[in-house]
Amino acid sequence: MGSRKSCAGSSAPAVLLSIVILILVGSTLYFHIAKTWWFPAAITPVGSQIDQQFFVTFIATGIVFVLAQLTLAWMVFRYRDHGQKARFVRGNHMLEVVWTTATLVIFVALGVMAAHAWGEVHFGGPEPGALQVEVTGVQFVWNFRYPGADGKFGRINPKDIDASTGNPLGLDPNDPAGKDDIVTGDLYLPVGREIELMLRSQDVVHSFFVRELRVKQDTVPGLVIPVHFTVTKPGDYEITCNQLCGLGHYHMHAMLHVLSDTDFQQWEQKQEAQNAQAGQ
Amino acid sequence: MSSHATTVHHSEAPKGWLRHYIFSLDHKIIGTQYILLGLSAVTIGMVLSVIMRIHLAWPNVHIWGFANGVVSPEDYLRVITMHGTLMVFFVLTTVPQSGFGNYFLPIQIGAPDMAFPTLNMLSFWLTFVSMLVLLSSAFVPGGSSISGWTAYAPLSAVGEIAGPGQGLGQTLWAVSIALFCGASLMSAINFLGTTIDLRAKGLSLMRMPLTVWGWFITASLALLAFGVLLAACILLLLDRLAMTSFFIPANLDVSGVLLKHAGGSPLLWQHLFWFFGHPEVYIAILPAMGIISHVLSTFSRKPVFGYKAMVYSLSAIGFLSFMVWGHHMFISGMNPYSALTFSILTLVIGVPSAIKTFNWLGTLWGARIQFTAAMLFAIGFVSLFVTGGLSGIFLAQPALDLYLHDTYYVIGHFHLIMGVAAIFAMFAATYYWFPKMFGHMMNETLGKIHFWMTFVGVYCIFMPMHYLGYAGDPRRYASIESVHYLFRLQPVYIFISIAAFVTAAAQLFFYFNFFWSIKRGKPAERNPWRATTLEWQVSTPVPHDNFAGHYPTVYRGPYEYSVPGAAEDFIPQDVAPEQVAKA
Ligand code: HEM
Ligand SMILES: [Cu+2]
Ligand SMILES: [Cu+2]
Repeated sequence: MGSRKSCAGSSAPAVLLSIVILILVGSTLYFHIAKTWWFPAAITPVGSQIDQQFFVTFIATGIVFVLAQLTLAWMVFRYRDHGQKARFVRGNHMLEVVWTTATLVIFVALGVMAAHAWGEVHFGGPEPGALQVEVTGVQFVWNFRYPGADGKFGRINPKDIDASTGNPLGLDPNDPAGKDDIVTGDLYLPVGREIELMLRSQDVVHSFFVRELRVKQDTVPGLVIPVHFTVTKPGDYEITCNQLCGLGHYHMHAMLHVLSDTDFQQWEQKQEAQNAQAGQ
Repeated sequence: MSSHATTVHHSEAPKGWLRHYIFSLDHKIIGTQYILLGLSAVTIGMVLSVIMRIHLAWPNVHIWGFANGVVSPEDYLRVITMHGTLMVFFVLTTVPQSGFGNYFLPIQIGAPDMAFPTLNMLSFWLTFVSMLVLLSSAFVPGGSSISGWTAYAPLSAVGEIAGPGQGLGQTLWAVSIALFCGASLMSAINFLGTTIDLRAKGLSLMRMPLTVWGWFITASLALLAFGVLLAACILLLLDRLAMTSFFIPANLDVSGVLLKHAGGSPLLWQHLFWFFGHPEVYIAILPAMGIISHVLSTFSRKPVFGYKAMVYSLSAIGFLSFMVWGHHMFISGMNPYSALTFSILTLVIGVPSAIKTFNWLGTLWGARIQFTAAMLFAIGFVSLFVTGGLSGIFLAQPALDLYLHDTYYVIGHFHLIMGVAAIFAMFAATYYWFPKMFGHMMNETLGKIHFWMTFVGVYCIFMPMHYLGYAGDPRRYASIESVHYLFRLQPVYIFISIAAFVTAAAQLFFYFNFFWSIKRGKPAERNPWRATTLEWQVSTPVPHDNFAGHYPTVYRGPYEYSVPGAAEDFIPQDVAPEQVAKA
């Protein structure tokens, strides 16, 4: 029984394991509390709700994490082989029922609580009067389109897509509604106004992600997927692609500029003027 | 239900070297072949991951084997795709189930072999061909696929035009996976038939070792899941080669070319893939759960705590695993109401997973723990499973997943709970069963060094990935150079890479120990761990028909350790009650 002899009495593995687990628990708690690498502050009301839900989940799972890991460390230390006899226990029906019910209640409760923030974004439509912007993912750029002064998006005809002639989206030249559409490579939005983004893709699946908005949504060819939100804080934020879309996935990047109302109007007017010039 | 296994398939070992070692019908040889196949796959997969880590931490370092030593973005994506595919299919799916399962399921249930030995051989060789096809894709024009192990359409469906590697490379990927599905289906039937029909006299279902339960339920999942993936791969191949449009909608404009396809749905691929993909993650972990319960019980010298709860929770996980696939698609554009259903079901599947954890802790409670290398890996598994399972609770909520999806957080989650946990189970299984397989003991000191470096190493690799996820770092980025908010994460990248190199180096202890001990290890006794199940009651090396004609009768459950009143602290399953020595 060589293996048994060499193990009996040795508490080194037990001590070592306990130490590793303690460091694991300690460092995990530290980095979650110190927030060394963390979410940037949310800039939408729903974003704050999501952060709240994250916090609740962190508390619930954090308690389970600490208890389970420390129990493991303690068991390993306490019951290391030091010549004792193992207890003959086959189980405990009562305990089984208790922990099953407890985890069921905690997990499902978390799910039900989280449903609210999700529904807020995804079930209702935007408030009336929302500014609509179309977002189109193309290997490996983002295009943003505003309806322009007429408030109407022009028709798209895939045959007219030609990035080299400045028509990356394939606006149909025969549709008057499209004449004043503004197409840009960065997203400009006014602060404090309800926004509805209409997400599409021209080729493969991409994913539109802005950390501060707490919005991530795949753009799927063949579908137009709406998302809506109101931004509460002006600033410049980064837009990345989060769904593997090909070799340029990592540089499919654009900026979100959230402007004050007046700045936004100025920007819009400037774009329209440019459009009019180009149209002549 | 149990029937005495009277049919002896081939009581004499075949003579020729080819029939004995290559085209063998013996489940033990086939199991070993699967393990060696997995060992080559994991070796290649690990080298690829080291390449990824060098590239991510030090983008300008030249790496041998790449054009001009530079890892281009497409090279990086080829590497992650090959890494993921090899690891998920040829390691995690193959080794715990087809490898150790093949070797030990028949012995643990008192059978002479698998129910269909020829089918068994075919499954292995088909898996082998499948892996060759996959690897060959690296050497074709355009190279291997860049679309990840999940191969989302239309990127995977429209051909070369979508990017390098998306031509022949992606076709070979789909062919390889289709072959793999075929092999897994055949193997699943074999496992089910064997477990149902070939159990020894007295081995009722509730006396089966939990390993057998793990393999049995996994086989049921494989039977239902791989059929769907096979169909998906065939549809994908048709889209690619026969101009069909299952996954390709109208009016796609890829690289400036307007495609003629029309009428398909990219989401259909995701549904089919994840309908397979979620059960697949449990296919990888259920055998591991069985192995861990088995090893924990042996080295705790205690029965598994709550054996029945373990069986029921395994079954519940198996059942529920088919109803949660949508949690991979919360933000895919799928109906947002169904996201809530998938969310609640996903949280519910966390419950049987938690039950298992509690019962593992219960097994340690009041134990007499022997810190063998196998036991250390089993204890490490429990810790990893807790950590990885809890991050799942965040991901299961669509409101939180919409931030964390496709970030490094998900990478951290599934590596801990699926990748590393299952690999810990494989290590535990190797250290545990090696004496029976090769007749020699592995070196315990090397095994412990291996454990400590690996345990600390994997936490250092994968915990920080959760923090990268909080910072919004997307997965599958060849470089962080275009996104400003990622710049400050570079030190974390470097930390992870160093941890990865140390962990990879630690595996050298394992390789050496494994190959050295096959011949040079201390000769093993028949039952060195003083274990109860049938594989330890047969002689070493295990006879060709496992029991040399004396098929056992089973008298008791699998984990009778430290039974009060018995002279020894274990009672083998095949010892008649009247023959148990009294204290
Ligand atoms: C406590 C139970 C678990 C829960 C609640 C859970 C939840 C989730 C969720 C919601 C996702 C999707 C995340 C995303 O892509 O945004 C996910 C991903 C994943 N999970 Fe889990 N999980 C659990 C356990 C497991 C287990 C046991 C395994 C494997 C053994 C596993 C393997 C995976 C894998 C491989 C992925 C990602 C696949 C990919 O995108 O490449 N999970 N998990
Ligand atoms: Cu992308
Ligand atoms: Cu899943």
